[in-house]
Amino acid sequence: MSEPVLVVENLTVYYYTLKGIVRAVEEASLKAYKGDMVALVGESGSGKSTLGYSLLNLVPPPGRVVKGRVIVGGVDILSLRGDELRRARGSLVSMIFQDPFTTLDPVRRVGDQILEVLLEHGVPLEEAKERVVEVVKAVGLSERMAKAYPHQLSGGQRQRISIAAAIALKPRVLVADEPTTALDVIVQKQIMDLLDEIRKTTGMAIILITHDIALAAERASRIAVMYAGRIVEYGPKSKVIENPLHPYTRALLQSVPDISSSEWPKPIPGMPPDLRKPPSGCRFHPRCPLAMKVCREENPGMVEVEPEHYVSCWLYARR
Amino acid sequence: MTRINTYKYVECCSDEARDLRWLFMGLLRYVAIRAALIIPTVLILYTLVFIVLRILPGDPVLAVLGTKNIPPEQLEQIRHNLGLDKPYIVQYFEYLWNVLHGDFGTSMIISGRSITVDLLERLPATVELAVAGLLVSLLIGVSTGFLAAVKRDTKVDLGLRVFGAVTYTLFIPWLGLMFQLIFAVWLRWLPASGRIDPDVSLRTITGFYILDSILTGNIDALRSALSHIILPALTLGLVLSGPYTRLVRSNLIKALESNYVFAYHARGVRSSKILLHAFRNALIPVVTYAGLQFALLLGGAVLTETTFDWPGIGTYLVEKVGYRDYPAIQAVVIVFAFFVGVISLIVDLIYALLDPRIRY
Repeated sequence: MSEPVLVVENLTVYYYTLKGIVRAVEEASLKAYKGDMVALVGESGSGKSTLGYSLLNLVPPPGRVVKGRVIVGGVDILSLRGDELRRARGSLVSMIFQDPFTTLDPVRRVGDQILEVLLEHGVPLEEAKERVVEVVKAVGLSERMAKAYPHQLSGGQRQRISIAAAIALKPRVLVADEPTTALDVIVQKQIMDLLDEIRKTTGMAIILITHDIALAAERASRIAVMYAGRIVEYGPKSKVIENPLHPYTRALLQSVPDISSSEWPKPIPGMPPDLRKPPSGCRFHPRCPLAMKVCREENPGMVEVEPEHYVSCWLYARR
Repeated sequence: MTRINTYKYVECCSDEARDLRWLFMGLLRYVAIRAALIIPTVLILYTLVFIVLRILPGDPVLAVLGTKNIPPEQLEQIRHNLGLDKPYIVQYFEYLWNVLHGDFGTSMIISGRSITVDLLERLPATVELAVAGLLVSLLIGVSTGFLAAVKRDTKVDLGLRVFGAVTYTLFIPWLGLMFQLIFAVWLRWLPASGRIDPDVSLRTITGFYILDSILTGNIDALRSALSHIILPALTLGLVLSGPYTRLVRSNLIKALESNYVFAYHARGVRSSKILLHAFRNALIPVVTYAGLQFALLLGGAVLTETTFDWPGIGTYLVEKVGYRDYPAIQAVVIVFAFFVGVISLIVDLIYALLDPRIRY
């Protein structure tokens, strides 16, 4: 396999709040190749969005990347500073967000907002104008809509504009943070189809951050399951869905409602832990039906159980 | 009247044509309605002030004569001459009728003195001071608010917020006197009062001294007019700047925390540019406040005008209320009501210019 376009190594991000240190992401590692769609699945507060922000070195204060590396196209994003970092955002790695109603500037024409991204990265004005038209068409909107203000567009149209602004410079990696959560199901499908198309035609790797494991199962090429700040299982979609190894992944899959089945979805008992005081050892052990003594004492390392399929669980690890 | 436009984007015609149609159709109707609404506003205020003036003890005749030891026949004669012996209802409609014909009547105190002439003389002075005061307050308020938001939660921020709160509580005559003492008496940099040096000759065209001196190329007059307006404008502007500091600071902080600012960062837009975009969003509410403030100032910054002996509407009104000069007071109120209506209409139009979400 060729070189990965995104390598995340031992990424650790803490929020230094007044009430204590929130260990939002701990020792996360993953890889994405050209044209990959890696789904980062987890509950609210599992650290998946924080991980997403770190890919752009954009963790909001009081958060800080404590250690780790994020390499996009050979460049360590976390080592960049100042203008270098700014230029990397948008051109190497870009991001779209959950709420297309608030992520566009309400008082500027959407086309101008896309144009600005190009100009800010040194594209000459004439060329930039042409690129705006191109990219607006590429996301399935008519050229004229570039002249609209955000409030004149529907949610789906706005999300398409956000995508257009994010991919205008053809970044290697696009982080999509719950891109369809605020949209209705029909529009959701259209937006996901668009992201699929972009990744296939441009080879952009997309990191899809979602709480919806069903969506991940449908769209992703790889899945990383996060729990309480740690990636607990990671591998190609088919392997993770058909052969889930981690008890949390299994529980998550069983909690998805299935109308063709007579069985009720099973909720996972208990609550996710407070990340200011994460449980010792494996962070899932208080809710794990298979917890052993060792789970309380030590965190299991990542084990490659089958090719490309990694899990962090004492059931598979050897001490 | 203002409504948030929720229309979806529909393709019908060229953007320019659509934009223009939006602007003109909606705008014309809106302006027409708002202009029409000025009429009842003026009527209500006129009625109120008419009633209040007649309820208040004292009347113009006694105020002028300053004594009650006058033969009743003579008193009656004066009242008759001033039209005060007519029934209230007749006085009410007669005055209204005259105003509709552009005649604000003559003073009851200085016989034969046209109130229209008085107003034309006084209004430019008040407008000039109002504009200058507003500009100073915006300059101080917006820049301190901007700085406080950018330097949020630092000592600079705290200092600026305290500054905004303290200046807001200052008593205008006291501050004015301090300025006069420092800059006029001790330093002798600026004149203490008045609008222009009496020995400077200026041909008035518009009545706005600064404008007139520029129009006639009269440097001496310009220098004199400017030096006279600095202290009152500074006094007024300083006291009025506090709310702008707060408004700009809190709005800019809110804007900087918004999702679109985060998204701008994610797309690699320069921080300085993002700050400008956020600033534009933060300024929208400021326009509303500034408009209200300006309308109020047109009623005459009474305290400032009296402190600096500024010959505007404020001092005029104080003087006329003292003498119960009915038609003069009524005229000021009517003109004021009219201006408030016009200014708030203009503010709404500026608002629509700044915020594309607002369409009429």
